[in-house]
Amino acid sequence: MKRRTFLGLMGATAVGAAAGTGVLATPAEAAHFEGYPDAMGVLFDATRCIGCRKCEAACNQVNDLEQPERPFDDLAVLEEKRRTHAESYTIVNRFQPESSSIPVFLKTQCNHCMEPACASACFVRAFKKNPDGSVTYDADVCVGCRYCMVACPFNVPAYTYDDPITPEVRKCHMCHPHMAAGKRSLPGCVEACPKEALTWGRRDDLLRIARDRMRANPGKYVDGIYGEREMGGTNWLYISGVPFEELGLRTDLGVKPAPEFTKGALAGVAMVVGLWPVLLTGIYGMSKLNAKDARKAQEAAVSAMKAECEADHQAAMKQAQEKAAKDKQAAVEREVKKALEEAQKAAEAEQAPNQDKDGDAS
Amino acid sequence: MEHAFFTLQDFLTHTKGSVYILMGLALAGFVGWWRFLVARDEENHKNVR
Amino acid sequence: MSTETNKTSLITPFNVIAFVICSVGLYLTVLRFTGGLAAVSNLTDYNPWGLWIGFDLLCGVALAAGGYVTSSAVYLFGLKKYHGAVRPAILTAFLGYAFVVIALHYDVGRPWRLVYPLFWQQGPTSVLFEIGLCVFLYLSVLFLEFCPAALEWLGLKKLRNLLHSATIALTIMGVVLSTMHQSSLGALYLMAPSKLHPLWYSGYLPVFFFVSSAVAGLSMVIFEGTLSHRWLHHKMDNHYLNEHDNFVFSFARAASWVLLGYFFIKVFGIAADNNWKYLGTPMGSWFLVEMGVFVALPCLLYAIGARERNLALCKWTAALAVLGIVVNRFNVSMVAFNWQLPAAERYFPSWHEVWISIFIVTLLVLTFRFISTRMPIFYTHPDYQDEH
Repeated sequence: MKRRTFLGLMGATAVGAAAGTGVLATPAEAAHFEGYPDAMGVLFDATRCIGCRKCEAACNQVNDLEQPERPFDDLAVLEEKRRTHAESYTIVNRFQPESSSIPVFLKTQCNHCMEPACASACFVRAFKKNPDGSVTYDADVCVGCRYCMVACPFNVPAYTYDDPITPEVRKCHMCHPHMAAGKRSLPGCVEACPKEALTWGRRDDLLRIARDRMRANPGKYVDGIYGEREMGGTNWLYISGVPFEELGLRTDLGVKPAPEFTKGALAGVAMVVGLWPVLLTGIYGMSKLNAKDARKAQEAAVSAMKAECEADHQAAMKQAQEKAAKDKQAAVEREVKKALEEAQKAAEAEQAPNQDKDGDAS
Repeated sequence: MEHAFFTLQDFLTHTKGSVYILMGLALAGFVGWWRFLVARDEENHKNVR
Repeated sequence: MSTETNKTSLITPFNVIAFVICSVGLYLTVLRFTGGLAAVSNLTDYNPWGLWIGFDLLCGVALAAGGYVTSSAVYLFGLKKYHGAVRPAILTAFLGYAFVVIALHYDVGRPWRLVYPLFWQQGPTSVLFEIGLCVFLYLSVLFLEFCPAALEWLGLKKLRNLLHSATIALTIMGVVLSTMHQSSLGALYLMAPSKLHPLWYSGYLPVFFFVSSAVAGLSMVIFEGTLSHRWLHHKMDNHYLNEHDNFVFSFARAASWVLLGYFFIKVFGIAADNNWKYLGTPMGSWFLVEMGVFVALPCLLYAIGARERNLALCKWTAALAVLGIVVNRFNVSMVAFNWQLPAAERYFPSWHEVWISIFIVTLLVLTFRFISTRMPIFYTHPDYQDEH
């Protein structure tokens, strides 16, 4: 398998260095990740499973889960379709496909996606894809938002809804904690299977084993390995003699790894942060400038109007003043004239008797 | 600073994480740069007055 | 509750109903935190998200969009004369977000860890991380935007003026953060293409959610203004009352315009994914009802209301548009989610869940009334009359 190196924050400088060492550097947009090279997985062969529920029992015991109401050897439980639950990480269901004369069984548990949807959806990184292929969950950081359960295309994670203080997500961890602690060398279910319907191994090897079985038994299996490409591939793989849809497996999930679904939208976030302030401040600046110009124009118009009014007023005032001055002068003149006339009259009146007297004399 | 990423999930955790930090810096940068851009306007405005 | 009505009796129909809702609400709260989620909710492993996400979170955040819509219209786009509408919108938004966060305490398993994604261990690939970060930051921004009203009430002039000078920066920050988390609420569902019905699932989901949040914001401001008019008329100053009608018509016209764009992009979404074939199915009929009754119809009625200056029509249309947003969010989160599961495994909320949602809305209304009867929300404080 080709191991590729991808570059982080220092992309540009690292590309130069990588080119020198001969490492292939692909732009992230076109990048393809192959997963951990030595990741383990389990191959489930539906043609071998007899629905004995021994795997369920083993899982229950290995993980110290609550004892179910009906014991594991009660196969009547299979009458009803069940799903994974907080107290049962794995479930065997019975199906009666049209194309088969005998019932076919399917074991359900976490498929340990190569690109887990739960991990992509978790906002506290409570889920982790480990180099050994398992997907594990850390209850110590979990807030309990349950977005992982919404995200999981296989409807695997379950929640302890009845726990008020320490509720948590529960799901199969491929016995990662037990094996890491050295307590086990195989997952509990694989070890318990009496029919070797479960095979534990490197994922690459499992794919080869699956193909070998198909080649060795023509007509026994339907074409394809469920989990090879679904949702970008899973570490739990399935082969079957009947079409996968008839075992309740969804074949319409597509091959896109889960993080791809939200990658684009999250990339948009950075564009909003980068460009919205530019746009919004720009609009604000322009509307402010507009308002300022409008105010200036208004002020100019007002002051022009004012000046005009002032001028008119001044002119009118002047005219009025002039008229008033004229009137005043006229009045003065008139008064002076009047006074003079009166004085003259008085003088004449005074002179008259004298004249009369004088007239006699003359 | 060369990392080997085996999963898209790890790669995105790394890159989105750096983008978030850069986004914070960008927002602070916008505020600072805007103040720099318009600072003279205010001074000029004051001088005219 | 209210000292404003100290002369009249406290036993009003409103108070009695509020008291009943709150008493039962408190009882259910105790039940929730002692018995776990299972004690009060119908949530299952198949349906991890129910009414508290579909209504309290999705609708709560969308309907609180009035804050960014109004403040950007007034402070950024130059509609200064409607500044009287900003404070009620900011207060509604602030309380809306605050109560969304309170509601989340009921929904998440360990609410005391709600700050973990921010301060303890970040999961940057999660859309929910982005929402958490934005809601936290936006709640802080809204708080700062709301602060001047509280500080005027308390008479702390210096601090008030400092905050007032940051109005533009806060407004822009508010729009940036709103764009991010409003759209991200839609982006949450991008993760589940195999569970959400194709008619509602689209690569455009984040855009749909953001654009419809603008409609929700515009409509909610009109709608909420109508309610406030009825109950808090005595608190409004002449400026607010004089501009109110013109304000409603402007926002109605804007909402009609945005709804038209929203209608078009929804149709583009159908075409982009070639989903025409689903329109003939029962889910398709329901989709057409959403598009016809809750998108196209309010678009038309808003236009008529704004053209004819028909205040009553605008207000009723606002209520219809708000209902339309709720219908859309319910469809994405509940009706069209897990549509392929058999009926027995589908989700329907328990009465406890419904009651707690109503309880939280009631708390919001009571807080809004408490604040708006005391602080300068619907009127300009006498000390700051000349500022606008």
